[in-house]
Amino acid sequence: MIALSDYLLLGALLFAIAVAGIFLNRKNVIILLMCIEIMLLAVNTNFIAFAHYFNNLSGQIFVFFILTVAAAEAAIGLAILVVLFRNRHTINVDDLDMLKG
Amino acid sequence: MPVEANSMIAILPEIVILTVACAVLVIDLYLPDERKDINHIVTIIGLATALGAISLIGSDKVTYAFDNSFIRDPLSDLLKGVILIVTLFTFVYSRDYMQQRQLWIGEYHVLILFAVLGMLIMVSANNFLTLYLGLELLALCLYALVAFDRDSKAGAEAAMKYFVLGALGSGMLLYGISMLYGASGGFFGFAQIADIAAAQGTDNQLLVFGLVFVLIGVAFKFGAVPFHMWLPDVYQGAPMPIVLFLSSAPKVAAFAMAVRILIEGLGGLQTDWGEILIILSVLSFVLGNVVAIAQTNIKRMLAYSTISHVGFIFLGLLAGTAAGYTAAMFYTVVYALMAAGAFGILVLLSTQGIEAEQLDDLKGLSERNGWLAAMMALIMFSMAGVPPAVGFMAKLLVLEAAVSVGLVWLAVLAVIFSIVGAFYYLRVIKLMYFDKPQLEQPLVIDGTATIAISINGLAILFLGLFPASLLQVCGVAFG
Repeated sequence: MIALSDYLLLGALLFAIAVAGIFLNRKNVIILLMCIEIMLLAVNTNFIAFAHYFNNLSGQIFVFFILTVAAAEAAIGLAILVVLFRNRHTINVDDLDMLKG
Repeated sequence: MPVEANSMIAILPEIVILTVACAVLVIDLYLPDERKDINHIVTIIGLATALGAISLIGSDKVTYAFDNSFIRDPLSDLLKGVILIVTLFTFVYSRDYMQQRQLWIGEYHVLILFAVLGMLIMVSANNFLTLYLGLELLALCLYALVAFDRDSKAGAEAAMKYFVLGALGSGMLLYGISMLYGASGGFFGFAQIADIAAAQGTDNQLLVFGLVFVLIGVAFKFGAVPFHMWLPDVYQGAPMPIVLFLSSAPKVAAFAMAVRILIEGLGGLQTDWGEILIILSVLSFVLGNVVAIAQTNIKRMLAYSTISHVGFIFLGLLAGTAAGYTAAMFYTVVYALMAAGAFGILVLLSTQGIEAEQLDDLKGLSERNGWLAAMMALIMFSMAGVPPAVGFMAKLLVLEAAVSVGLVWLAVLAVIFSIVGAFYYLRVIKLMYFDKPQLEQPLVIDGTATIAISINGLAILFLGLFPASLLQVCGVAFG
């Protein structure tokens, strides 16, 4: 039997990897999008683990909504990425430095 | 469970906005380019109808709908009203600007209407699921709106930054929600979480852990320091009318989110989140006011000014008293009006192919259009907190709330930094009245926009002279 804390640990690890990926990544915007997906999946893991442990369905329903929103978010993210690449001909994170002050 | 008629009545304003958004989406397909104004008219009528619907179903009683996932109370009525009014201003101000840049297309109306729908849902959320869905509907529309000018290099970059950091903020919020779900033993309704928070307090470590993440999510959406990184870049890169919308209405929705989560959900942990808010508040008004002085781009300057105003809103919330919450709500409403007015004037200035982005573009505005300059001066005085404009009253109330719970040092610090802030607001007035204009020709703006900006500006003056009515409405919301 896998304990609840193991799942929570997995969720925390995934979340930490995602946040670290967003802040450390200096190469490619697509990796940022992947990190965002990992972050949402970490949350899903938490919800499912709790829902299973409490024998309560509402957490799993929440996960369905998160998955749906994540799909919409990925669509918008990729659309912005396309606009960005068409205008700037690069998706390197370091090159996104037009705006500062 | 059959859907009850009562539930449908409670979401009447949302239904109106959804219908109008879908209608504009379809109507736009059949409109030739020169008749896109019909979208505008339909949208305006729709927003006005939604306002009517709010006053129709509004009362002091609280209604719950859809199995307690939705709440309609005086707080939601007022904040929804403010969101709709500010959106109306957005459309009226931005008409000429968008037309001249070939951006006056149906999607502009549709995206803003869906964003408004998201905000209305957020304001009325009574559990975390509803709140999250409303928040995402708002955020997804805003990401797209920031990139609305598809050929703008800065716009695309701003949208990307906003998207990544906004998603990070939502992720933090969600992680916090999953922890609260666990801490409460399988609930995400605000009422159930409030019971757990009141009974167990900080003994429940999972609850405190969740609180921190949820608070970070809220701070991200507000743009409080140190979660403000996206704000100046987005303001600078996005098209002016989008900034006008982005800086006003979503702040009201973010305030509603803070009230629902922190006060209604986690009110039992007030002393704990109050302390975190003190740090966020101090950092926000210190950094916001100091960095704003160094800006030459007026959009960036107003972005940092937004950050400092967020600090003041938190100052009211962290007091943890009904008077404090009322003051914070008053401040939020007033701030939304001031931001709409300030960016509205910048939108109106950006006609004839010029972008009024630099402070220098405001030089000599009084000679080019005296009335517009007078309104801008009024708004700047209000933001700086000079009586009789309403900004003074708003600042006074939050400071009073902070002092009443013994945070005198915090109030003194806030006053010092609002004096620092007065410098850059008054500099705008100096540029408008005492400098030679760069462009000699007088600035002519259309009649509807002049009326709207006059209503907006004079409302700031009127509320400053007679704040009692708005204050009373805000007070009712916190019983």
